[in-house]
Amino acid sequence: MFDRIPAQTLRILILLAVFAAVVLFFSAVIEGYLNARLFNRISTSVAIVAMIAVGQAFVVLTRNIDLSVGSVVGCVAYFVGGLLAAWPGMPPVLVVALAVLIGAGFGAVNGLFVARFGLPSIIVTLATLAIFRSVLVESSDGSSITTDRLPAWVPGFAQANAAEIGGLQLRWMVVVALAVVILAHVFLTRFRAGRQFFAIGSNPDAAKFAGIDGARTVFWAFVLSGALAGLAGFMFLSRFGNITVVAGLGFELKSVGAVVVGGVNIFGGSGNVIGVLIGAALIDLIDTSLVRWELVSEFWREAVLGLLILAAVVADTLLSRRLMARRRRMAARQGTVGAEKRA
Amino acid sequence: MSGGRIPASLRAQLASWEGFLLLVVVLLVLLNALASPFFLTVQNQINLFQLSVEKIIVALVMTFVIINGEIDLSVASVMGLAACAFGWLVQEGMPAGWAIPLVLGIGALCGAFNAVFIVALGLPSLVVTLATLIAFRGMARILVEDRGIGDFPAWFDRLGQQPLAGPFPLALILFAVLTVIAFVILQRTAFGRRVYFIGSSREVAAFSGVDVGRVKAAIFVASGLVSALAGLLYAARVGAVRGDVALGFELDIITIVLLGGVSIFGGVGTITGTLLSILIVLNLRNGMALANITGHIQTGVLGVLLILSVMVPAIRDRARRLFGAREVAR
Repeated sequence: MFDRIPAQTLRILILLAVFAAVVLFFSAVIEGYLNARLFNRISTSVAIVAMIAVGQAFVVLTRNIDLSVGSVVGCVAYFVGGLLAAWPGMPPVLVVALAVLIGAGFGAVNGLFVARFGLPSIIVTLATLAIFRSVLVESSDGSSITTDRLPAWVPGFAQANAAEIGGLQLRWMVVVALAVVILAHVFLTRFRAGRQFFAIGSNPDAAKFAGIDGARTVFWAFVLSGALAGLAGFMFLSRFGNITVVAGLGFELKSVGAVVVGGVNIFGGSGNVIGVLIGAALIDLIDTSLVRWELVSEFWREAVLGLLILAAVVADTLLSRRLMARRRRMAARQGTVGAEKRA
Repeated sequence: MSGGRIPASLRAQLASWEGFLLLVVVLLVLLNALASPFFLTVQNQINLFQLSVEKIIVALVMTFVIINGEIDLSVASVMGLAACAFGWLVQEGMPAGWAIPLVLGIGALCGAFNAVFIVALGLPSLVVTLATLIAFRGMARILVEDRGIGDFPAWFDRLGQQPLAGPFPLALILFAVLTVIAFVILQRTAFGRRVYFIGSSREVAAFSGVDVGRVKAAIFVASGLVSALAGLLYAARVGAVRGDVALGFELDIITIVLLGGVSIFGGVGTITGTLLSILIVLNLRNGMALANITGHIQTGVLGVLLILSVMVPAIRDRARRLFGAREVAR
């Protein structure tokens, strides 16, 4: 019966089922677990991670990885915070645009090294992870941004609700993140430029023969990843207000985790940003819930997170291998090769 | 041959990446020696190595991993887990002499855990070890939570902090011994040849009858074991452990190896290159410390070096292709 459902849809259904199972599990073991506060808290923190993860998904789709996003988030949050402290009168649109631009600039540095010079992305972004962070440390001179130096609308944005139904608050941040996910999804699935990211990741040589400029596509993937990390950096500033030189540390692992759990193939070429959103939400749900579970201490979070990512990769690999084998068998039986294309 | 006096083999050596590294080492040592009269004393050199001895020990085994065409991002977490497991075991009352082999066993198990996913399931080592980087670190935090554990037996601390033979502490002697072992295995044994073979072409190696899985598994287990050893040395040197022991060391370790001329795509590199690279990084850090440059910036400079180390060979290859005639003449 599952044969008729496309592989990507099946994957998202499985993710949703796992998500529901995790919610059920925790609501059974933690008293008063399911309430409005849980939703508000998780949706706000997912909003930030999901945006970074969507950018990461673009990069991973092209067979690359961006380990520098955490440093970009930290840098943007710090620089934009510093600008706001110096010129509190800056119009909000300009501030957000600056955050995205600065982020895109960092992304362009990565893209330049990876796409133009043909260097492996893991090395380049491992290096820029350190370099961007040291730029931040050097320019901050150890001082931090504090909430009281920011104009009131910045922390106010993180608290502002777009809608509220009986305690369930839909923050503007969450709306922005959802918009980013939907736009990215439509772009990736319905636009020629979006399909190119899949083409490059799925078979670079074939993509080249089809007339796709591989280097350019990879470059833009990194720019997008940087830009979204920049937007997330602004959200981070808005949500926390106090920014030190360690801001954004560890987002690279969380975003790669969300991407992988969300079913994007780490070898590139297949994936879905709706899955990435659910992956980010699932990771955050487990992260937040473990803290409240009395049986385990909060120190279990990392261990569980790491094993969860591993489990997701294993499940995804085994699932897609089985799926591919079945498709091949079916294709052989029907004497067509068309079935393989849809995977 | 126009260059007359210098033998061709020596010229080839000097023109290689190792030759270039050697030049850099000499330059850095000269600069450091000019900046401080105490730099070239035996004691300062020992201190220099001692401060990073855990990283450079792991860099030796990382050389094998990367030449084999894989990566192990979990090494620093295994170091942390080993140090914390040791601290926890000693705190729970186990004699340190028993805890040491047990912790080394845990390290080997961590490596075997990675190997199961990479070898048996065929998952990319980048993803597997990224996940276990988080997971092993998490286990370390479960063991010690947010406390620090100290109060190790005096003999254990002494091994980490006092000279053992002459002016040399245990960790440094171990490093020297491991360097020789690594050199012999990689450069002089059939196993070493297989490591290169698999790294340059996994398929060809498999078709030629090399047991690819076994070689890879052995390397990952060794990586876990050596990382655990390094974690123990860290615990002994510092005399206490916390959940964040060795946090982020993987960056430094991988930088050292890649700077040493080991290709991230596998198949290329030598222990000699890694050793020269170790000398460069240590001297550079020492020089930067003398110039009052802080830790974060030092790491940033290493990041720049890391990019350069892959960019220079790429540019050189491109240049060689452009001026291909010279290569043919040789």
